[in-house]
Amino acid sequence: MTSARDITRAVNPPRAAFLDFPLGHTAGKPHDPEMQRQIVAGALSSFETMTAPGSVKELPFRWSEDEEWKAKAFAEGDDRAPRHDTPQYQEEEDRRRAEGNGAPACPVCRS
Amino acid sequence: MGPVDYIPRIRDNYARLGYKTYNWVVNADTPPWAPLRKPLPQCRLGLAASGGIYLTGQVAFHYKDDTSFREIPTDVDTKDLRATHFAYDLSDARTDPNVVFPIDTLRRLVRERFLGSLAGRFYTFMGGIYSSRRVAENLAPRLTERFLEDGVDAVLLVPV
Repeated sequence: MTSARDITRAVNPPRAAFLDFPLGHTAGKPHDPEMQRQIVAGALSSFETMTAPGSVKELPFRWSEDEEWKAKAFAEGDDRAPRHDTPQYQEEEDRRRAEGNGAPACPVCRS
Repeated sequence: MGPVDYIPRIRDNYARLGYKTYNWVVNADTPPWAPLRKPLPQCRLGLAASGGIYLTGQVAFHYKDDTSFREIPTDVDTKDLRATHFAYDLSDARTDPNVVFPIDTLRRLVRERFLGSLAGRFYTFMGGIYSSRRVAENLAPRLTERFLEDGVDAVLLVPV
Protein backbone atom coordinates (compact mmCIF):
# COMPACT_ATOMS: atom_id res chain seq x y z
CA MET A 1 0.00 0.00 0.00
CA THR A 2 1.20 3.56 -0.54
CA SER A 3 0.11 7.17 -0.29
CA ALA A 4 3.21 8.49 -2.07
CA ARG A 5 2.76 7.37 -5.66
CA ASP A 6 5.91 8.89 -7.11
CA ILE A 7 8.15 7.41 -4.40
CA THR A 8 6.56 4.00 -4.89
CA ARG A 9 6.92 4.19 -8.69
CA ALA A 10 10.62 4.96 -8.19
CA VAL A 11 11.08 1.99 -5.81
CA ASN A 12 9.08 -0.13 -8.26
CA PRO A 13 7.73 -2.99 -6.12
CA PRO A 14 6.02 -5.96 -7.84
CA ARG A 15 2.54 -4.79 -6.75
CA ALA A 16 1.23 -1.60 -5.19
CA ALA A 17 -2.12 -0.07 -4.29
CA PHE A 18 -2.18 3.72 -4.14
CA LEU A 19 -4.46 5.65 -1.77
CA ASP A 20 -4.48 9.41 -2.38
CA PHE A 21 -4.55 10.39 1.31
CA PRO A 22 -2.24 12.56 3.46
CA LEU A 23 0.77 10.66 4.83
CA GLY A 24 0.00 8.83 8.06
CA HIS A 25 -3.24 7.26 6.74
CA THR A 26 -2.00 4.55 4.37
CA ALA A 27 -4.73 2.14 5.52
CA GLY A 28 -7.64 4.57 5.83
CA LYS A 29 -9.32 7.31 7.80
CA PRO A 30 -9.35 7.12 11.60
CA HIS A 31 -12.49 5.71 13.23
CA ASP A 32 -14.03 4.74 9.89
CA PRO A 33 -13.86 0.93 9.96
CA GLU A 34 -16.14 0.56 6.91
CA MET A 35 -13.88 2.66 4.72
CA GLN A 36 -10.76 1.01 6.20
CA ARG A 37 -12.22 -2.35 5.26
CA GLN A 38 -12.89 -1.30 1.65
CA ILE A 39 -9.40 0.15 1.32
CA VAL A 40 -7.49 -2.81 2.73
CA ALA A 41 -9.68 -5.35 0.89
CA GLY A 42 -9.14 -3.37 -2.32
CA ALA A 43 -5.38 -3.47 -1.82
CA LEU A 44 -5.36 -7.20 -0.97
CA SER A 45 -7.46 -8.12 -3.99
CA SER A 46 -4.51 -6.95 -6.14
CA PHE A 47 -2.80 -10.21 -5.14
CA GLU A 48 -5.42 -12.05 -7.20
CA THR A 49 -6.07 -9.58 -10.00
CA MET A 50 -2.67 -8.12 -10.93
CA THR A 51 -0.71 -9.93 -13.59
CA ALA A 52 2.09 -7.51 -14.54
CA PRO A 53 5.07 -6.76 -12.27
CA GLY A 54 5.27 -3.07 -11.36
CA SER A 55 1.50 -2.46 -11.49
CA VAL A 56 0.03 0.28 -9.31
CA LYS A 57 -3.69 0.06 -8.55
CA GLU A 58 -5.51 3.31 -7.78
CA LEU A 59 -7.89 2.92 -4.84
CA PRO A 60 -11.04 5.01 -5.48
CA PHE A 61 -11.26 7.05 -2.27
CA ARG A 62 -10.92 10.75 -1.55
CA TRP A 63 -9.71 12.23 1.71
CA SER A 64 -11.99 15.29 1.44
CA GLU A 65 -14.11 17.19 -1.06
CA ASP A 66 -11.52 19.92 -1.38
CA GLU A 67 -7.88 18.93 -1.66
CA GLU A 68 -6.34 21.62 0.49
CA TRP A 69 -4.19 19.09 2.31
CA LYS A 70 -2.17 18.60 -0.87
CA ALA A 71 -0.96 22.20 -0.90
CA LYS A 72 0.36 21.83 2.63
CA ALA A 73 2.14 18.46 2.28
CA PHE A 74 5.89 19.06 2.54
CA ALA A 75 5.35 22.51 1.05
CA GLU A 76 7.90 24.40 3.08
CA GLY A 77 10.10 24.15 6.17
CA ASP A 78 10.89 21.13 8.29
CA ASP A 79 8.31 20.20 10.90
CA ARG A 80 9.81 16.82 11.65
CA ALA A 81 10.93 16.03 15.20
CA PRO A 82 14.69 16.12 15.94
CA ARG A 83 16.42 12.77 15.41
CA HIS A 84 16.89 11.75 19.05
CA ASP A 85 18.81 8.54 19.63
CA THR A 86 16.82 7.57 22.73
CA PRO A 87 13.44 5.77 22.65
CA GLN A 88 10.61 8.23 22.03
CA TYR A 89 7.68 6.93 24.06
CA GLN A 90 4.11 8.01 23.40
CA GLU A 91 3.37 7.87 27.13
CA GLU A 92 5.61 8.09 30.21
CA GLU A 93 3.79 4.99 31.43
CA ASP A 94 5.20 3.11 28.38
CA ARG A 95 8.73 4.09 29.42
CA ARG A 96 8.20 2.82 32.95
CA ARG A 97 6.79 -0.47 31.66
CA ALA A 98 9.59 -0.96 29.13
CA GLU A 99 12.33 -0.13 31.62
CA GLY A 100 10.58 -2.41 34.13
CA ASN A 101 10.99 -5.16 31.51
CA GLY A 102 14.74 -4.46 31.49
CA ALA A 103 14.95 -2.08 28.52
CA PRO A 104 18.01 0.17 28.50
CA ALA A 105 17.26 3.91 28.60
CA CYS A 106 19.46 4.42 25.55
CA PRO A 107 19.82 1.26 23.44
CA VAL A 108 22.27 2.84 20.97
CA CYS A 109 24.45 4.86 23.37
CA ARG A 110 28.07 3.80 23.59
CA SER A 111 29.62 3.82 27.05
CA MET B 1 -5.86 17.59 -8.50
CA GLY B 2 -3.44 14.73 -9.12
CA PRO B 3 -1.41 13.00 -6.42
CA VAL B 4 1.26 14.97 -4.54
CA ASP B 5 4.68 14.55 -6.14
CA TYR B 6 6.77 14.13 -3.02
CA ILE B 7 10.18 13.68 -4.62
CA PRO B 8 10.44 17.13 -6.26
CA ARG B 9 8.69 18.78 -3.33
CA ILE B 10 11.08 17.29 -0.79
CA ARG B 11 14.07 18.00 -3.05
CA ASP B 12 13.14 21.69 -3.34
CA ASN B 13 12.35 21.94 0.34
CA TYR B 14 15.71 20.39 1.32
CA ALA B 15 17.53 22.76 -1.06
CA ARG B 16 15.80 25.77 0.56
CA LEU B 17 16.77 24.50 4.01
CA GLY B 18 20.36 23.94 2.91
CA TYR B 19 20.18 20.14 3.40
CA LYS B 20 22.16 17.71 1.30
CA THR B 21 20.31 16.29 -1.74
CA TYR B 22 18.65 12.99 -0.89
CA ASN B 23 19.38 10.01 -3.09
CA TRP B 24 15.99 8.41 -3.68
CA VAL B 25 15.90 4.69 -4.38
CA VAL B 26 15.17 4.17 -8.07
CA ASN B 27 14.80 0.64 -9.41
CA ALA B 28 14.59 0.64 -13.19
CA ASP B 29 14.53 -3.14 -13.66
CA THR B 30 11.29 -5.09 -13.88
CA PRO B 31 10.52 -6.24 -10.34
CA PRO B 32 10.50 -9.96 -9.50
CA TRP B 33 7.12 -11.65 -9.66
CA ALA B 34 5.75 -14.37 -7.39
CA PRO B 35 2.14 -15.27 -8.26
CA LEU B 36 -0.22 -16.00 -5.38
CA ARG B 37 -0.55 -19.78 -5.33
CA LYS B 38 -3.99 -20.04 -3.77
CA PRO B 39 -7.09 -17.88 -3.35
CA LEU B 40 -7.03 -15.24 -0.59
CA PRO B 41 -9.57 -17.12 1.59
CA GLN B 42 -6.95 -19.88 1.86
CA CYS B 43 -3.95 -17.62 2.45
CA ARG B 44 -2.10 -16.80 5.64
CA LEU B 45 -1.13 -13.12 5.62
CA GLY B 46 1.90 -11.42 7.15
CA LEU B 47 2.28 -7.68 7.61
CA ALA B 48 5.11 -5.16 7.98
CA ALA B 49 4.28 -1.55 8.76
CA SER B 50 6.66 1.40 9.04
CA GLY B 51 4.52 3.82 11.03
CA GLY B 52 6.43 3.39 14.31
CA ILE B 53 3.83 1.24 16.09
CA TYR B 54 4.92 -0.48 19.31
CA LEU B 55 3.18 -2.32 22.08
CA THR B 56 3.19 -0.74 25.53
CA GLY B 57 5.92 -2.55 27.50
CA GLN B 58 8.19 -2.69 24.45
CA VAL B 59 11.04 -0.26 23.84
CA ALA B 60 9.83 2.61 21.64
CA PHE B 61 11.70 3.51 18.46
CA HIS B 62 14.34 6.20 18.49
CA TYR B 63 14.53 8.74 15.70
CA LYS B 64 18.05 8.25 14.40
CA ASP B 65 18.06 5.56 11.70
CA ASP B 66 16.49 2.93 13.95
CA THR B 67 16.62 -0.33 11.98
CA SER B 68 15.12 -2.43 14.77
CA PHE B 69 11.65 -3.92 14.49
CA ARG B 70 8.97 -4.96 16.97
CA GLU B 71 6.95 -8.12 16.94
CA ILE B 72 3.23 -7.51 17.52
CA PRO B 73 1.07 -10.57 18.33
CA THR B 74 -1.96 -10.52 16.04
CA ASP B 75 -4.30 -11.16 18.96
CA VAL B 76 -3.12 -7.88 20.50
CA ASP B 77 -5.58 -5.61 22.27
CA THR B 78 -5.66 -2.55 19.98
CA LYS B 79 -5.75 -0.19 22.95
CA ASP B 80 -2.23 -1.36 23.97
CA LEU B 81 -0.73 -0.10 20.67
CA ARG B 82 1.28 3.13 20.57
CA ALA B 83 2.73 5.21 17.73
CA THR B 84 6.01 7.11 17.59
CA HIS B 85 7.69 8.63 14.52
CA PHE B 86 9.68 11.77 13.80
CA ALA B 87 8.28 12.52 10.38
CA TYR B 88 4.48 12.37 10.24
CA ASP B 89 1.57 13.80 12.21
CA LEU B 90 0.82 11.11 14.80
CA SER B 91 -2.50 12.46 16.05
CA ASP B 92 -4.69 10.06 14.03
CA ALA B 93 -2.43 7.00 14.46
CA ARG B 94 -2.53 7.54 18.23
CA THR B 95 -6.31 7.53 18.43
CA ASP B 96 -6.80 4.80 15.80
CA PRO B 97 -3.65 2.74 15.02
CA ASN B 98 -5.55 1.07 12.15
CA VAL B 99 -4.67 4.03 9.91
CA VAL B 100 -1.07 2.78 9.70
CA PHE B 101 -1.39 -0.73 11.21
CA PRO B 102 -4.68 -2.26 9.99
CA ILE B 103 -4.99 -4.89 12.70
CA ASP B 104 -8.74 -4.67 13.37
CA THR B 105 -9.36 -4.35 9.63
CA LEU B 106 -7.45 -7.55 8.86
CA ARG B 107 -9.02 -9.50 11.76
CA ARG B 108 -12.38 -8.50 10.34
CA LEU B 109 -11.39 -9.67 6.84
CA VAL B 110 -10.50 -13.06 8.35
CA ARG B 111 -13.88 -13.23 10.14
CA GLU B 112 -15.57 -12.44 6.83
CA ARG B 113 -13.56 -15.24 5.15
CA PHE B 114 -12.08 -12.72 2.71
CA LEU B 115 -8.70 -13.92 4.02
CA GLY B 116 -7.72 -17.33 5.35
CA SER B 117 -5.76 -16.33 8.45
CA LEU B 118 -3.19 -13.96 9.86
CA ALA B 119 0.32 -14.92 10.89
CA GLY B 120 0.71 -15.18 14.66
CA ARG B 121 2.77 -11.98 14.67
CA PHE B 122 3.11 -8.85 12.58
CA TYR B 123 6.17 -6.60 12.36
CA THR B 124 6.55 -2.88 12.81
CA PHE B 125 9.44 -0.48 12.49
CA MET B 126 9.96 3.22 12.16
CA GLY B 127 10.46 4.37 8.60
CA GLY B 128 12.30 7.48 7.55
CA ILE B 129 15.53 5.50 7.84
CA TYR B 130 17.92 7.79 6.00
CA SER B 131 20.21 5.00 4.79
CA SER B 132 18.46 2.83 2.21
CA ARG B 133 21.54 0.59 2.29
CA ARG B 134 20.86 -0.24 5.95
CA VAL B 135 17.28 -1.14 5.06
CA ALA B 136 18.31 -3.33 2.13
CA GLU B 137 21.21 -5.06 3.89
CA ASN B 138 19.97 -5.27 7.45
CA LEU B 139 16.28 -4.68 8.13
CA ALA B 140 14.72 -6.22 5.01
CA PRO B 141 16.63 -9.54 5.18
CA ARG B 142 15.78 -9.95 8.89
CA LEU B 143 12.09 -9.36 8.17
CA THR B 144 12.17 -11.74 5.21
CA GLU B 145 13.64 -14.43 7.45
CA ARG B 146 10.77 -13.94 9.89
CA PHE B 147 8.13 -14.16 7.17
CA LEU B 148 9.64 -17.43 5.93
CA GLU B 149 9.63 -18.75 9.50
CA ASP B 150 6.02 -17.64 9.95
CA GLY B 151 4.93 -19.58 6.86
CA VAL B 152 2.95 -16.77 5.24
CA ASP B 153 1.59 -16.91 1.68
CA ALA B 154 1.62 -13.16 1.16
CA VAL B 155 2.78 -10.05 3.01
CA LEU B 156 1.04 -6.69 3.12
CA LEU B 157 3.45 -3.75 3.39
CA VAL B 158 2.04 -0.61 4.98
CA PRO B 159 4.56 2.23 4.75
CA VAL B 160 3.88 5.78 5.85
